[in-house]
Amino acid sequence: MTEAAVREAQKDSSQLRQKQMLAEHYQRLARADDTGEKSVYTFVPGNLTELILSFGLVPVLPEINALQSGMRGKSREYIAAAEKLGHSEDVCTYVKSDIGMMKSGNVGPTGERLPAPSVLLLSYTGCFTFLKWFELLREEYHCPIVMLHVPYQGDGKITESMRTYVVEQLRRKVIPLLEEVSGRAYDEDRLKEALALSAKAEDDLVFVLESAKNVPSPIDAYFGGVYYIGPIFSAFRGTQGAVDYYRALRSETEQRVLEKRGPLTPDGELPEERYRVVVEGPPNWTSFREFWKMFSDEGAVVVASTYTKVGGVYDTGFRHDPSRPLESLADYCMGCYTNLSLPQRVEMLARYVRDYRADGFLINSVKSCNSFSAGQLHILREVENRVGRPGGFIESDLVDPRYFSASNIKNRLESYFQMIQQKRSSGETR
Amino acid sequence: MSWDEFTSPSALALRAEAIYRDYRLPAVREWKKTSSGPAIGYMPIYVPRELLHSQGALPVGILGGGDDLEIIRGDAFYQSYICHIPRSTIELALNGSLDVLDGMLFPAICDVIRNLSGIWRMQFPDKLVRYLDVPQDFDRSMGGAFYRRELEALSLELVEHGAKPYDQESLRSSISTFNENRARVRELYAIRQQEPWKVPTSELYCLLRASLAVPVEESTGMLRRYRDLAESDSSRAPMDQARVVFTGAFCEQPPLGLIKTLERAGCYIVEDDFLSIHRFLRHDVPADGDPLENLVTSFLEDAIASPTRYIDRDVKGRDLLERVESSRAEGVLFGAPSFCDPALLDQPMITKALDKRGVPWTAFKYSENGGQFQVIREQAGTFADSIKLWSEA
Repeated sequence: MTEAAVREAQKDSSQLRQKQMLAEHYQRLARADDTGEKSVYTFVPGNLTELILSFGLVPVLPEINALQSGMRGKSREYIAAAEKLGHSEDVCTYVKSDIGMMKSGNVGPTGERLPAPSVLLLSYTGCFTFLKWFELLREEYHCPIVMLHVPYQGDGKITESMRTYVVEQLRRKVIPLLEEVSGRAYDEDRLKEALALSAKAEDDLVFVLESAKNVPSPIDAYFGGVYYIGPIFSAFRGTQGAVDYYRALRSETEQRVLEKRGPLTPDGELPEERYRVVVEGPPNWTSFREFWKMFSDEGAVVVASTYTKVGGVYDTGFRHDPSRPLESLADYCMGCYTNLSLPQRVEMLARYVRDYRADGFLINSVKSCNSFSAGQLHILREVENRVGRPGGFIESDLVDPRYFSASNIKNRLESYFQMIQQKRSSGETR
Repeated sequence: MSWDEFTSPSALALRAEAIYRDYRLPAVREWKKTSSGPAIGYMPIYVPRELLHSQGALPVGILGGGDDLEIIRGDAFYQSYICHIPRSTIELALNGSLDVLDGMLFPAICDVIRNLSGIWRMQFPDKLVRYLDVPQDFDRSMGGAFYRRELEALSLELVEHGAKPYDQESLRSSISTFNENRARVRELYAIRQQEPWKVPTSELYCLLRASLAVPVEESTGMLRRYRDLAESDSSRAPMDQARVVFTGAFCEQPPLGLIKTLERAGCYIVEDDFLSIHRFLRHDVPADGDPLENLVTSFLEDAIASPTRYIDRDVKGRDLLERVESSRAEGVLFGAPSFCDPALLDQPMITKALDKRGVPWTAFKYSENGGQFQVIREQAGTFADSIKLWSEA
């Protein structure tokens, strides 16, 4: 049996459903020029999917395209193309992959051409680079652009002033432009319906993520987690499709819990859970499976991750709320993980280590992303101090294969797991 | 020695250099002996110093450790692919240089400085630590209203840390004080653009940097005295140099040696974005009416097109082209700190605008603690020569 066949055989029905959803979405985008559908380029953190969909517009997420390019082995050439155009080797590789993809014909993950944006919705949430990224795209596309400035939780809280600011921008800038581009009037009832669907899907997503508190964990909340967040972080939040997907995923997870089965890995179901770890930071996409295997070969399961919170933090109770639609969207934007202060991030990680009964935590520090990476060494020490469990630190990149050193990372991971083993033997953990 | 006692511009500039290079902030320590208000540090680009001043606080610019500081603990905070200024700044804090400060403001520059505010908050829980989230929406009733509320919150927080309560009249007076200071800065740039040999950038830089480490009133006196000395100094003669704009250095500062190297390589830096807080607002802030609102409006409508600001209704690069034109520069040096997102992500758009207009440019990267400038010297020298030989200007 080939490796590909093994992988195919191990897919849950929810994964197949997601694959189908994404394929249909990209086909829809590929046909957009013919069907006349209009697209909105926007970002995952602080995405306003329900609002966009309420105008009949179709979201396109450049980060998703970039990570898909990384997984398909295309990002190297795209990054090279962008650097040839003068983009610095020091900056975010998502941006360069996206620019390179655009300059190479804007062919999306399914091999079909993506439409040019009808509007750029710059939701400036938790990442300075977003601002520059869309300034760069604006130069290429010459389409309307609207900026939604989402204030940062510097004080570790959302104030009424911050909320008012975001709501005002939504009401007075974002919505009027979407009305203009779509030719449709703002329909708050339609938005409320979508937000109600969002909340249902969010309930089930939280159930799935929190199922990792079980021993053994039925899921891997990082490598598997990035698949679980796919629909809700991209174009489907607020749709019946997302509700159905998360309901199915929840059922599968419940079944796995009942049967005390471990998570699916690149090599099939994990036979034995030897280590439980929490991971901070995005994964590397260019060697995603190899990276995952470095964990699963050791019997390591990621029981909680912060990356699965970049498109929304739901496990602290937030839900989109149809009774206060714009305020709820504002709170969602401001609550995304990279919009949290460093003390909040430390607190979240420490809580995860404790609540998920983890042996320790690992930071995958990516060169591209200062929003995540700046301060992670401090986070490492702070979390260690608070939970008394060992932290590990590895370095890679999002989609630049030049910065993924497999042997270095593997060595570090092996040493890290050995350290946990030693601490366990000496009775320091578990 | 008072500023008026200096008799040569270079001696005065040397004194300014000594002030800014002393990271123990002696002028701030001196100020605290006679003042009851707090000393509040701030990171580069822009903070509303007038508000701090009006409440009896001393605003103190913190611009990293430059090339004098040995980094011992700072590197344990940052990976190699993050710029240098946060690691030297935390080094200064941990080695006690900044213990005279009662607080720190972190304006919204980039994600690195944003996250540094979180580290600060955890490291120094008793100090005032504020991330100053300046608006990226420039509508008075949205971004303006938000910014005003931010300033009001800052004002209250200052009071909690020993500052006087907000007072309109005091703010009007402080705005006038800073307008005077800004006028002196603009004046020196004007002389520099008119007769660049009279005000070398390496000297002007020292004055402007020292200005951020002393009370504004003292800075104004220093700038005024330097102007008088520079204007009357007949020993400085014009040289055959290329007139250039230096851009990209708005946050982490280049080492002084680099600026001197560029001048020695044949460049008159007639316009720049060093220490941008001095000229972040293009004009005076109106001192009449509601002074807090005036600060807000000036920020929204009169600020330069810093790479840290979203360019909303404008065109990328227009601001730089205008600066090239008004300073009669013949080329642009794009010098950015390594790993500086705002500068380096801006670069392709800025250089495109220059290309479109036919303005020659060259680019390099630096680090605040860099000490080897030979390559840059050759690059800048070649650039200056090419301008002098072939430029239509």
